[in-house]
Amino acid sequence: MIKLSNIDKVYRTDKIETLALKEINLEIKKNEFLSVMGPSGCGKSTLLNIIGLLDKPSNGNVHIDSQEIVKFQDRKLAALRNQKIGFIFQSFHLINDLNVVDNVEIPLLYRKMSGSQRRKLAMAALEKVGLSARTRHFPNQLSGGQRQRVAIARAIVGNPEIILADEPTGNLDSNMGQEIMDILHNLHKNENTTIVMVTHDEHIAKQTERIIRLFDGAMVN
Amino acid sequence: MFKNYIKIAVKVLLRHKLFTFISLFGISFTLLILIIVTSLADHTFGKMKPETRLDRTLSATFFKITHTENHHVSAGPIMSYYFFNRYAKSLETPELVSISSFHKRVETYKDNKKFKFSIKYSDAEFWKILDFNFLEGKPFNNNDVQNINQVAVITEDTKEKYFGDEDCIGENIHIGNKNFRIIGIVENVSALRSLPFSDIWVPITNNEEDIFEPRNEAVGFPSYFALVLAKDKSDFPMIKSEFQKKLDGVEFFDDSRNKITGGVETYSETLSRVFLSKGDAVNSSGLMILYGVLILMFMLLPTINLVNINVSRIMERSSEIGIRKAFGASSFTLIGQFIVENIIITLIGGFLALLFAAFVLAIINNANMIKHVHLLINWRIFYKSILFALFFGLLSGVYPAFKMSRLQPVEALRGGQS
Repeated sequence: MIKLSNIDKVYRTDKIETLALKEINLEIKKNEFLSVMGPSGCGKSTLLNIIGLLDKPSNGNVHIDSQEIVKFQDRKLAALRNQKIGFIFQSFHLINDLNVVDNVEIPLLYRKMSGSQRRKLAMAALEKVGLSARTRHFPNQLSGGQRQRVAIARAIVGNPEIILADEPTGNLDSNMGQEIMDILHNLHKNENTTIVMVTHDEHIAKQTERIIRLFDGAMVN
Repeated sequence: MFKNYIKIAVKVLLRHKLFTFISLFGISFTLLILIIVTSLADHTFGKMKPETRLDRTLSATFFKITHTENHHVSAGPIMSYYFFNRYAKSLETPELVSISSFHKRVETYKDNKKFKFSIKYSDAEFWKILDFNFLEGKPFNNNDVQNINQVAVITEDTKEKYFGDEDCIGENIHIGNKNFRIIGIVENVSALRSLPFSDIWVPITNNEEDIFEPRNEAVGFPSYFALVLAKDKSDFPMIKSEFQKKLDGVEFFDDSRNKITGGVETYSETLSRVFLSKGDAVNSSGLMILYGVLILMFMLLPTINLVNINVSRIMERSSEIGIRKAFGASSFTLIGQFIVENIIITLIGGFLALLFAAFVLAIINNANMIKHVHLLINWRIFYKSILFALFFGLLSGVYPAFKMSRLQPVEALRGGQS
C-alpha cells in the first residue's frame, strides 16, 4: 500500500547540513499495524511526516497505492491527505478557538458535503471514541486523554485508509495511554485501517504487528 | 464551510483585542475619510436638486485667454455676458442655453438690521435648465428679463431672515439702489453647488454694468457662465464641436489677446482642464487616473499597516494552518479562507465607518460651516463604501495569506503548539 524507496531527508541551514533519514526502504501493507521506534532525533517523526505527505524527501520515491507521490502538486497532495490519511499528533494539535465537534469536522470541510452530513459523521466519530457528551466543549476544557480522543475522532472522521500516529500516548499517563491504544486496536481490527505509529515506549510498540527501528536516520534490524 | 470561517474570524478578533482594535481603527478611520470625501463629492457634483439634469447638461465656466507671442495669460471664470450671448446663446444644437452670473455678496438693510446675501443675475432659461423646488410663487421669465423688471426669487432661508414669518410674495427686498419684488421662494441651495447657488436671483438685465458692451472678459466681479441643456447626451460631441468652431472665430477687442481656450463641458472635464493642463485641454481620463492614484495612495498606508498586523497574526496561527493542510486544505483553499476572514474583519470596519460617518456628517451639517450643505450617506455612497471595504480587505489580506500558504505542513505544525 505504501512504498518508500531510497528515501533521504537532509535539513540544510547556512552552516549545517543534517541527514535526518538515510536510504530508507520500507513497504507497508494494507491493514498492517506497525510501530516505528528509535532514540530521540533518529528520524522517526521525519519518516512519519514523509509517509503522511507532510514533508518531501530530499531524494527517493514514495508510492501510495502505486501512485508516485513525489511529483504531485500541492492540490493533489492535499486531496490525497484528505481522502486517505488521518493524523494523530503527540501534542494533539487541536484548534483552541473551535469546540470539539468543529475540530472533528475539519477534514470534512475539504470534501463536497453538506453541513448536516458533516455534523452527522463528526458525531459518529465522537461516539466511537466515547466523547459524544462533550461536543460543545473547547479543548482547554478537556483532559489530555479526552483531547487525544478528539484528535483520534478527527483523524478517523473521513474514514481514511491509513492512520499515522506520532507518539499518540506520549503526553498521557499509562491508563489513558492504554485507552488510546485500545481505540487504535479497535480501528485496526474492525475498520481494517492501516496504522503506522511512532513511539518510544517498548510496551506500546509490542502491541503492534511489526516494529521498525531507526538509528541515526537509518533502518536497523 | 463559510460558517466555519466566520466562527474562526470572530474568535481571532476576540483573541487579541488590542490587535483587533488597531486593525479595526485603521480600517474604519480610512473608510470614514473616504465616505466623507465621497459624500462631499457626491453632494458637490452628483445629481441632486436643482441639478437633476446633469446627464444632459454642460457648462462653460473656465477659459484661458492668451497672446501667442507675449505670453500674457488670463485664466479662470473670467468671461463676460457679451461673450456668452454672442458665442453660446447662438448655438443651434442644444435644447436650451442659459447665461448667468456667478453669485456675489451684497449687503442690505431692513429695520436697522444689516443682512448679507449672495445675489445671482440670471436669465429665464436658467429656471428651465435647472430644477429648483419652488415652495411658493414662480421664476421670472423672458418678459421680465427683456423689460428689466425688478423681480426676485429668494430662498426659504433668505425669506426667514429678511421677512421672518410674514408672507413675502409681492413684498420688496432692497438691494443696492433697487427694490425687487419677490415673486418666488425656492428651497435652499447648497453653497457647494456653485453654478445654481445663491440666496437671491434677479433678471440678468438688472446688473449695474452694461452687459451688452462688446468685450470678451468680464469687468471685475461677478463674471458669467453658460449652462447648456442638450436634447440628449449623444448630442454632447456635436455641441462641443459647434462651440469650438465659434471659439476659433472669436473677435478680440484687445491687441494683447489673440487666442482663447475653453469649452462647454461636464464638471469633471472642467476640473481636468483646470488642474491637469492649466486650462489648455480636457483630460478626463487623466483626472480619473489621478483620482484612482490618490485613493490608492491614501489607502496604501493603512493597508501596509494591516498587512503587517495580518502577517504576524497569521504566523501565530501556523499550527492551525498545519492542521488544516494535514487534513486536506490546499494552499489555494487556505488563501481563500484567510482572505474571507480578512474581508469579514474589513466589512465590520466598513460598517463601523458608516456609523461614524453618519455621526460626523450630522456634526458637519449642524455646524453650518458651508451654507445649506446637507451631507448624507445615500445608497450610492454606501455601495461604494462597501466596495472600498472589500477592495481594502482583499488588498491587505492577499500577501499575508500567500505567505502563510507557502509553509509546508510540517513547518507550520512546528510553529505552533496546542
